[in-house]
Amino acid sequence: MATGMVMEMKETLVSLLDAPLADAVIFGIHIDGHLFLETLLVVVIAFLLLQKSYQPEKRPLTEQEIDQLCDEWTPEPLHPPITKEMELSPPVLESAAGPHTVVNGKDVINLSSANYLGLIGHPKIKEACNAALEKYGVGACGPRGFYGTIDVHMDLEAKIAQFMGTPDSILYSYGLATVSSVIPAFCKRGDLILADEGVNWGIQNGLFLSRSTVRYFKHNDMASLEALLEDVRQEDRRKKKVLNRRFIVVEAIYQNSGEMVPLDTVVRLKEKYLFRVLVDESNSIGVLGKTGRGLSEHFNIPVEKIDIITSAMGHSLASVGGFCTGSAKVVDHQRLSGAGYCFSAALPPFLASASITALELLEDNPVLLTRLRRNISFFRSKLATIPGVVVRGHALSPLIFLHLQRSGSFAEDSVILQQIVDKMLEEGVLLSASKRSLLDKCKLGAGIRIMVTASHTEAELLSVSSSLGNVIQSVVTAQS
Amino acid sequence: MKIPYYVILPSYFAYALGFIFGHLRDFVSFFRNHVDKPPKGYAPLCRDFEDFYTRRMYRRIQDCFNRPIASAPNTWIDVIERVSHDNVTLVRTKNTRRCINLGSYNYLGFAAQDEYCTPRVIECLEKFGASACASRVECGTSVLHEELERVIAKFVGKPAAMVYGMGYATNSTTLPALIGKGGLIISDMLNHSSIVAGARSSGAKVAVFQHNSPSHLEQVLRKSIAEGQPRTHRPWKKIVVVVEGIYSMEGEICRLREIVALTKRYKAYLYLDEAHSIGVIGKTGRGLCELQGIDTEDVSVMMGTFTKSFGSCGGYIAGSEDLVKYLRYVSPGHLYATAMSPPAVQQVLSALKVLMGEDGTDRGMKKLAAVRENSNFFREELQKMGCEVLGDEDSPIMPIMLYIPATIPAFSRECLARNVAVVSVGFPATPVFLGRARICISAAHTKEDLNQALKVIGEVCDICQLKYYPPPQLSWKEKARLKEKEKNL
Repeated sequence: MATGMVMEMKETLVSLLDAPLADAVIFGIHIDGHLFLETLLVVVIAFLLLQKSYQPEKRPLTEQEIDQLCDEWTPEPLHPPITKEMELSPPVLESAAGPHTVVNGKDVINLSSANYLGLIGHPKIKEACNAALEKYGVGACGPRGFYGTIDVHMDLEAKIAQFMGTPDSILYSYGLATVSSVIPAFCKRGDLILADEGVNWGIQNGLFLSRSTVRYFKHNDMASLEALLEDVRQEDRRKKKVLNRRFIVVEAIYQNSGEMVPLDTVVRLKEKYLFRVLVDESNSIGVLGKTGRGLSEHFNIPVEKIDIITSAMGHSLASVGGFCTGSAKVVDHQRLSGAGYCFSAALPPFLASASITALELLEDNPVLLTRLRRNISFFRSKLATIPGVVVRGHALSPLIFLHLQRSGSFAEDSVILQQIVDKMLEEGVLLSASKRSLLDKCKLGAGIRIMVTASHTEAELLSVSSSLGNVIQSVVTAQS
Repeated sequence: MKIPYYVILPSYFAYALGFIFGHLRDFVSFFRNHVDKPPKGYAPLCRDFEDFYTRRMYRRIQDCFNRPIASAPNTWIDVIERVSHDNVTLVRTKNTRRCINLGSYNYLGFAAQDEYCTPRVIECLEKFGASACASRVECGTSVLHEELERVIAKFVGKPAAMVYGMGYATNSTTLPALIGKGGLIISDMLNHSSIVAGARSSGAKVAVFQHNSPSHLEQVLRKSIAEGQPRTHRPWKKIVVVVEGIYSMEGEICRLREIVALTKRYKAYLYLDEAHSIGVIGKTGRGLCELQGIDTEDVSVMMGTFTKSFGSCGGYIAGSEDLVKYLRYVSPGHLYATAMSPPAVQQVLSALKVLMGEDGTDRGMKKLAAVRENSNFFREELQKMGCEVLGDEDSPIMPIMLYIPATIPAFSRECLARNVAVVSVGFPATPVFLGRARICISAAHTKEDLNQALKVIGEVCDICQLKYYPPPQLSWKEKARLKEKEKNL
């Protein structure tokens, strides 16, 4: 009975649905009731798809929430806790840093000053400085743009240009700020720089501030540089880009290793691959070349082939500050875009006078260079006989590095080297071990940095090398 | 500041004209092949648009800058005259012109020979030489350096200090040592270029707050701490707020008290650059903290330079003992840079002794009083004249606003013709439409010097129409009354 009624209801429902379209044929499709349901389904699906998906409301933080976050936030301390190795206590000098100096009331032989020509304390320099101090006082009291340019600055710039054989030069008031200002003046975002791995912090800072693409090649390895240059050329062929400024940055004698860059190879590569070259000649001015004009004279390369030469004057020129020289365009551009030139006070006039006198002394006394060279080769030959250490650095470099034969990490080596340096001070010799900042990216090893000057006598150097031999032996055997 | 329309419209016009003519000249020289082309295959050394401003705008007025002098940068200087034979370069002549110096940073008058300082400096030169040619960790540290560090720490009111050979390098090598990636530096909009260089070298994120506005600084602090590092939203490792004592282009004194309250509340560290304020403000010249009665403990790092008030070169960082130990271990300016020249160190030591009265005279106090008196007198007179002068009371720096670009060289040249040496600055040292002539007063300026300078500036301001706020016009009755008063006096 019940099933009968349900069947009847089903029949009526179906006929009702079928009725309006009963036997209707549209476009050859037989319209049925279930087609109606299917269309209804499609309409419902379309409606759901068009609905916006659920997203939580975006509410900005309320003031109380910001207060809470500010209260919860705990900053790191301004500096990490001080450990024992952070406590540096350098030697305190009681006299000028010449080849002999006084530390703790005792006279010691000084091999840690970059006074390569021995000009510290020279009477002519003292006279020139005295005259400058009497006339100009100490400071220049202003940047170069605002009455800080004193006639001695212009004289020094002219003297440097005449000495180096370039059209013009520009003076900076600090050696470290020189190359850090020169590189960002010529390289901006989009330019390409290939630099040696072992460049000093000043150059690294300049490279970072320039925001250019920097690629490093292995320390003093010309094959690595050539491979990198080939790489760049391949990339150029693949992608057609706007021609950008390209530089190779090297140091003449590396501050971190004493190696000399083979400038003839670099110039050959630069001309082949169309790069410009920047050379930092801080340790080679007044050292290399027949008349001390630096790396280009040493390799007999005309100085015009080097696009930019920078140097600090705190080495052979027994002064403070730095200079940059090159073509007239190079120098002129820096007068408005060299950050360390425009926004910093000018070099004190007495230091500019000291540099002018040092250059004149170098020109008039080429015997200083021969003495320096003789001392370097003599000392190197004596140091080579000391067991337990390796003598690194180019044969002509006045900056000699002594690395441990059995070397570990930089930190481990530094501890041993500092012990050697401390013992040597007790023996009456002032040396210094490499110190590297945590900000420095250079990965070269630690060593004792010995700086030979033209004023040391052979007897002194002999006594130093024999003391070194004894001290190193005792420290190294104590280690093992 | 609100610049009136009759000033800003001519300025726009002037720059637009300069721009158009500059491009026209470039166009013509391109066709006449006067452009120095780089060798084949090389990109030009200076990109076109970088160089445009230098070649076409700056070159027109280059005689107003880089003026060489042939004497000490004292209150009277011998400005060397230069001529141009090719409209591009300037060459020196043998002629000099004796002018009043309103441009050098010589606040306490230690610039040239000083009766106490110079003999001691020469003695020091004899004993220590001009330079040690080594960094402080090699053989550059001498007894003088250690004494200076002790004395400057005591002077400034901090437990310890360290000394660098260059003021610019102090900022640019200390900021990277203090803060690195993951940290935030919040710096005043008008901070010096050395702070900007140091902040960028550090690798930390840099945010800027509106000039001398503690309310905006608070907004920036709250937003930064709440949002954390960009993209990752991790909390910041540390936040350092960098401000200056006296801003060198505005002459304004920093609102340190409110900023200290903010840094304490939000646990940020404060770095105060007192390049222009040390030795000048404060009852005994100890700088901004003394002037505003702030405990030096609240300022994490105090930095200053010796170039301005002490007539020497170099800079210092003062802080807690541990902070200074850490900086000696990490800062590249200490580990790699040449040590400060010993005569320069001696100059600062002697100047400090004079300032603190330890030389047995009261010259130091007299100098401080003189620089304050001179600055206030000069500023008042300029304002009476009707010029728009910036800078707070007691600040020795007073910029006279010029605005219209043509007045920048005009002011400078007209003053030089009347034997007054002033500094006028435009873009890029200042914002584009805010050109100004910046006057720096010294304790060594005498009343006669200042009156003469005021007379000349009055004349030149009339020629260049710079009296934007002329004094109110008196009625004929008031004028008659004034005449009576003057007759009676």
